[in-house]
Amino acid sequence: MKLISQIGKYFLMLWMIFSKPEKMRVFWKKTLEEINLIGVKSLPIVALMSIFMGAVIALQTASNMDSPWLPEYTIGYITRSSTILEFSPTIISLILAGKVGSNISSEIGMMRVTEQIDALEIMGVNSLTYLVLPKISAAMFFFPVLIIFSMGLSIFGGWLALILSDLSSTDTYIFGLRSFFRASDITYALSKTVVFGFLIVSIASFYGYYTRGGAIDVGRSSTQAVVSSSVAILLANFLMTQMFLLK
Amino acid sequence: MIQVNHLNKSFGDHHVLKDVSASFEKGRVNLIIGASGSGKSVLTKSLVGLHEIDSGEILYNGRNICTMNQYELRDQRKEIGMLFQGSALFDSMTVEQNVMFPLTMFSNMTRKEMLDRVNFCLDRVNLEGRNNLFPAECSGGMQKRIAIARAIAMKPQYLFCDEPNSGLDPQTSILIDSLIKEITLEYNITTIVITHDMNSVIEIGDHINFIYEGKNLWQGTSKTIIQTDVQEVVDFVFASQFMKDIREQLK
Ligand SMILES: Nc1ncnc2c1ncn2[C@@H]1O[C@H](COP(=O)(O)OP(=O)(O)OP(=O)(O)O)[C@@H](O)[C@H]1O
Ligand SMILES: [Mg+2]
Repeated sequence: MKLISQIGKYFLMLWMIFSKPEKMRVFWKKTLEEINLIGVKSLPIVALMSIFMGAVIALQTASNMDSPWLPEYTIGYITRSSTILEFSPTIISLILAGKVGSNISSEIGMMRVTEQIDALEIMGVNSLTYLVLPKISAAMFFFPVLIIFSMGLSIFGGWLALILSDLSSTDTYIFGLRSFFRASDITYALSKTVVFGFLIVSIASFYGYYTRGGAIDVGRSSTQAVVSSSVAILLANFLMTQMFLLK
Repeated sequence: MIQVNHLNKSFGDHHVLKDVSASFEKGRVNLIIGASGSGKSVLTKSLVGLHEIDSGEILYNGRNICTMNQYELRDQRKEIGMLFQGSALFDSMTVEQNVMFPLTMFSNMTRKEMLDRVNFCLDRVNLEGRNNLFPAECSGGMQKRIAIARAIAMKPQYLFCDEPNSGLDPQTSILIDSLIKEITLEYNITTIVITHDMNSVIEIGDHINFIYEGKNLWQGTSKTIIQTDVQEVVDFVFASQFMKDIREQLK
């Protein structure tokens, strides 16, 4: 019951976010700031995660290839397709749900409990649109960029691991990367990312915006934001995989 | 002016405001006084529509804000300046950006004009030249004054101050009080001030509402508050022996 009313409140909030910003100039400026804050500042962690992720996928695949029927280029093929289809969009989004989600939720939650949101409202500012819309726009625009970056690094990480442990050669790996390639996979992965970005930011904002109480409650909201947005990502991923890949 | 009729507000089972009626007139400083927890902040927040009320009317020049839709309410709020009990400065912005914020959102001034206005407001609260500090780098009293500067930046028609001089030294307190009084007279606006400070009560209390356990128990002026025999008021205003002695002399 509580869940249903929460979800209803969430959709009501979405409805209120999407109205015209008071000043477009302010909106663009905030969007740029948010791109820097939630996008560019996430580059290091995304890079680190991606390289290791790619390396592990390649090593795992290589070590499981004891059947003589499997050609060696399978390593490159598997690394590429699992990176593009699942690991980069989904795992990196989950990481971002932790990093960006908790950040957004505690920022907005803190503004709520210190009456800064009331102060915005008193001036006649639509606080939801002012605070959340730039974040959502920034995430929906920049998360795909992060994910492309992650895909590249993950594939690079796979290559690095293989070369360092002498399990395959550059040529075979690249040959694998290029076999059975479908451009639609990338479109699909990026569309998923846009959805995930939207979910992370809107859910984190929801928990932050409706925080009541003090510092403890801000902490609680940010934990809930991370948990709920991770679950939402997993569910959405499941649904979208069904819709797009199995049709 | 603001007219309040039969206002009720509760949080769950906790009935905070009980049938409050009051009128806050233009061009004078209207005080709300009362013990801690009596419902003063809830009353002011209800007046500006931050709390949804259970029943009653809140009329701004005859227009009921409780029946306004969100767009009308936002327009009405552009005429309101408010100082919150906890200052509520935007901590991601500098002092200058804080005071300039309402101007950037709602005025068509050039940057130069905005800056002039900001400096003028900062001047009025004795904070000239502190433009580039962040709120976290300011003392509590400075934050209060910055918040006042922000509240008056847009030349509001209605000014709400929740304990403007709590936590300030006596001199700054008097400065803030006289500033509020001056602004009220100068722009002929409706000012509502919550205070605990007896000095302010006597100095700037053109009209006083005494809230007692959520009820508007007594109304009067800084003159009549000295003479009144309503026991709750006397106990509240003249709590200490020192104040009691003063009361005897004034009477
Ligand atoms: N958001 C809220 N939810 C539930 N109860 C609240 C809320 N805000 C205030 N109250 C209750 O309303 C009552 C009045 O609170 P209010 O903040 O108006 O007091 P006050 O008169 O401003 O006191 P002070 O002088 O200490 O600021 C208190 O008992 C408080 O517990
Ligand atoms: Mg209060």
